[in-house]
Amino acid sequence: MLHIVNKSPFERDAFTSCMAHAAADSTVLLIEDGVFAAMKGSTVADQLSKTKVVALQSDVAARGIEANLADGVEMVDYAGFVDLVTDNEKIQSWV
Amino acid sequence: MKLSIQVNEGPYQHQCSDSAYNFTKAALEKGHEIFRVFFYHDGVNNGTRLASPPQDDRNVQQRWSDLAKEHEVDLVICVAAAQRRGIVDDGEAERNGKDATNIMDGFRISGLGQLIEAGIQSDRLVVFGG
Repeated sequence: MLHIVNKSPFERDAFTSCMAHAAADSTVLLIEDGVFAAMKGSTVADQLSKTKVVALQSDVAARGIEANLADGVEMVDYAGFVDLVTDNEKIQSWV
Repeated sequence: MKLSIQVNEGPYQHQCSDSAYNFTKAALEKGHEIFRVFFYHDGVNNGTRLASPPQDDRNVQQRWSDLAKEHEVDLVICVAAAQRRGIVDDGEAERNGKDATNIMDGFRISGLGQLIEAGIQSDRLVVFGG
């Protein structure tokens, strides 16, 4: 299953709620301000190891946080985003 | 694969309309079919033709319209959300006694059933914004 989070974890609790519900074999895709959840050393960083976390490359670059991503966070472009959608039968946007 | 998109935010409101557009474009480039893009809540504002953004900025409404024309994408605006926000086509102008229309070429106004149908007919429904 694919979970999509588009809000900063410091603005809404969507990321924390998502990580509480996501199964270990799920993928969590961070887009828009959601990519802030992928930074190392933040108050939500310890949640990143619960499941596979992927961040949208262009949104990470737009916010200048490429050098501050936590270990294990992968990046995808929009083509990779499309692949995640087609590879996962179920998709939940945590809007 | 057959995909549908739901857009819940207006253009220039946050980033959702851009994300949804970039995703739709990437999916088409990869050879997938976009069954429908459904504009809901403030997302209906993606369908006005009367916006004039600065020339050095992207024109979100025009961009959707061009994509629809090029790839025959069905762009559907929720009627109840459109009535609240003043997005008007010929039918709505007549029904509600309005003196003008503003719907962008390539968009159409219809009901929430179109979103349900998109969910049933498509392999995936991806929701943006909110």
